[in-house]
Amino acid sequence: MRFKVEQRRHIPHALPWITPVLSFICTLVAAAILFAIIGYEPLGALYQLFVAPLLTVQGLSELALKASPLVLIAVGLASGFRANVWNIGAEGQLIMGAVAGGGVALIFYGEEGFWILPLMCLAGIAGGMAWAAIPAFLRTRFAVNEILVSLMLTYVAGLFLTMLILGPWKDPDGMNFPQSRIFSDSATLPTLIEGTRLNAGVLITLLVALAGWVVMARSLLGFQIRTVGSAPTAARYAGFSRSRVVWITMLAGGGLAGLAGVFEVAGPIGQLIPKLTPGYGFTAIIVAFLGRLHPLGILVAGLVMALSYIGGDNAQVEIGLPNAAVGVVQAMLLFFLLASDFLVRYRIRRVRSAGAAT
Amino acid sequence: MDVKTNRRSLLLGAGAAAAAGTGLLSAPSIIGRAQAADPLKVGFIYVGPVGDFGWSYQHDQGRKEIEAALGAAVKTSFVEKVPEGPDAERVVRQLATSGHGLIFTTSFGFMNPTERVAKAFPNVKFEHATGYKTLPNMAIYNARFYEGRAIAGTIAALTSKTGVAGYIGSVPIPEVVMGINAFTLAAQKINPNFKTKVIWVNSWFDPGKEADAAKSLIDQGADILTQHTDSPAPMQVAQERGVYAFGQASDMKSFGPKAQLTSIMDDWGPYYIARTKAVLNKTWKTGSVWHGLKEGMVQMAAYGPGVSPAAKEAADKVKASIIAGTLHPFAGPIKDQKGVQKVAAGAKISDADLEKMDWYVQGVQA
Repeated sequence: MRFKVEQRRHIPHALPWITPVLSFICTLVAAAILFAIIGYEPLGALYQLFVAPLLTVQGLSELALKASPLVLIAVGLASGFRANVWNIGAEGQLIMGAVAGGGVALIFYGEEGFWILPLMCLAGIAGGMAWAAIPAFLRTRFAVNEILVSLMLTYVAGLFLTMLILGPWKDPDGMNFPQSRIFSDSATLPTLIEGTRLNAGVLITLLVALAGWVVMARSLLGFQIRTVGSAPTAARYAGFSRSRVVWITMLAGGGLAGLAGVFEVAGPIGQLIPKLTPGYGFTAIIVAFLGRLHPLGILVAGLVMALSYIGGDNAQVEIGLPNAAVGVVQAMLLFFLLASDFLVRYRIRRVRSAGAAT
Repeated sequence: MDVKTNRRSLLLGAGAAAAAGTGLLSAPSIIGRAQAADPLKVGFIYVGPVGDFGWSYQHDQGRKEIEAALGAAVKTSFVEKVPEGPDAERVVRQLATSGHGLIFTTSFGFMNPTERVAKAFPNVKFEHATGYKTLPNMAIYNARFYEGRAIAGTIAALTSKTGVAGYIGSVPIPEVVMGINAFTLAAQKINPNFKTKVIWVNSWFDPGKEADAAKSLIDQGADILTQHTDSPAPMQVAQERGVYAFGQASDMKSFGPKAQLTSIMDDWGPYYIARTKAVLNKTWKTGSVWHGLKEGMVQMAAYGPGVSPAAKEAADKVKASIIAGTLHPFAGPIKDQKGVQKVAAGAKISDADLEKMDWYVQGVQA
């Protein structure tokens, strides 16, 4: 007796949406076992990880704040992934957006005006787009692999930021620490709820996710992007330009990552610092796939991902759960999701050996 | 693990919940229990994992000393591996809202987040390591690591054959810059041509990058390594490649039994205990502490097998003179990289100038 892996002919329509939920349940069970083994009360630990942060305004506001950059970036990246355009460098595009937007804030330091924030946002989008334009140009003009170029430009962006805040943009009253001035009020996003860090950027993220859904599902552009990705030959017959789709999706990904960068520096951080992103640009790739490259799915995936971070802090504070255990839980979630994805597309069938087969 | 107080109360709470047969729904009662507890809750946030065997590890030792010294009067908790970015404020806030009365934030990048949370929670006391901002409820503390660097520099010059040391730098903040300078100046008192080559890894804790930097410094001719990063990775490289190194923050002898010459160790325990007692006695006041060898906040590990008797003698003399106040690591004359005299003979660099130092002395290749 042996087992055979074979492709499913028909994938039930609901299956791709059921598996993430099942993966999450599997993660909960496996995490509970892990916690029990390392000496923590399983239900209590799961409660601190996944429930407690949802019970306070503070927790919910932090959840939205943490999910916002992930969703914003993932929506942009997903448009490219749909078209087989692999922008891996959103982290760098985020940094360049923050640099451009932060630059506006520093140029107009001390000035007041309603126009400063919108200008920062535009500068941030432009900064992120400019950084994404490099791999887009090299890809469409010289067929250079955009994965490598966009990824490597991330490190260039990080060093460029460091150079600025160690040099010309260093806070003159900052005791020579690598940081810019703290932005003035006009360059800081307004807070939505008093006493929390929830800012107006979160609302824009919601709008972007909705707009992304409409564009991808209902517009000709969305159709072109999907066709170029899933049926390149058909797209060519239909006269859809592949180069155009590369440009549009790269710029969308870069622009939204740049906007996310502005929201970080004009929001929770309030200045330019060397480490202004804890890897949002990379985590967003995971979020995009967790959300099935669908803007609304991404919204949910971003919130789940953010919850695992915030719950992780919470569990460390409340019950002393080690940070590494939180990392294992996050990894298990991804593992189960990938495994279930495999089972969506393939099935494992038991076959009799020897003569019975063939 | 020293979270047993926490964990035990949780287990009790969970046990009670299970007995009541209500499962998950009764979980809030566990929280209620924890918050109703009497002892002073003392929270810590670390930039690295507690198992970095360097900076964060040493702060965590201090936390454990609080528990050992004050027992049931306190309850401590910590969050490790908190990035110096948008997440830091959330974690500090989380500690403040969950009933902590005293919070230690132990990395420079936590300064502005700590300040913002401190303003929102005037009744909670905050202690920030290595920064420069204070508030009525936010004190700062740091150690004069550069005093230990002067001892290390002395040993380095008497041990090195090439006259070149490799220095693995984290982030060029004044504390790191002054360490590089103190090390180089002390070495040059013995060997005026002594050179220090610096590689920046732009991170406090990144064992991979730290090890790579260590290797390339050795390849560039350094036969002594020293670091201002938090992991023992450079020490391990030194051990493998047969060169010498100085440990950082903690005794790293076990990672380089032959390689370690000595280590500059941070001892936060006494300060942490004193500040916690002050909160318990309601005598806590804000302030700024910068302690060194004399007060014991900076200590030197036992000399390794590579330190010659002559080097031992010289190092002991430097240490005794710093403690006695007869030797200042930044006494003039001091020239900068371009050879311009920055400090005249007979003068020395003041604390205020040290705290914002952004230039290197002659012989530093950064």
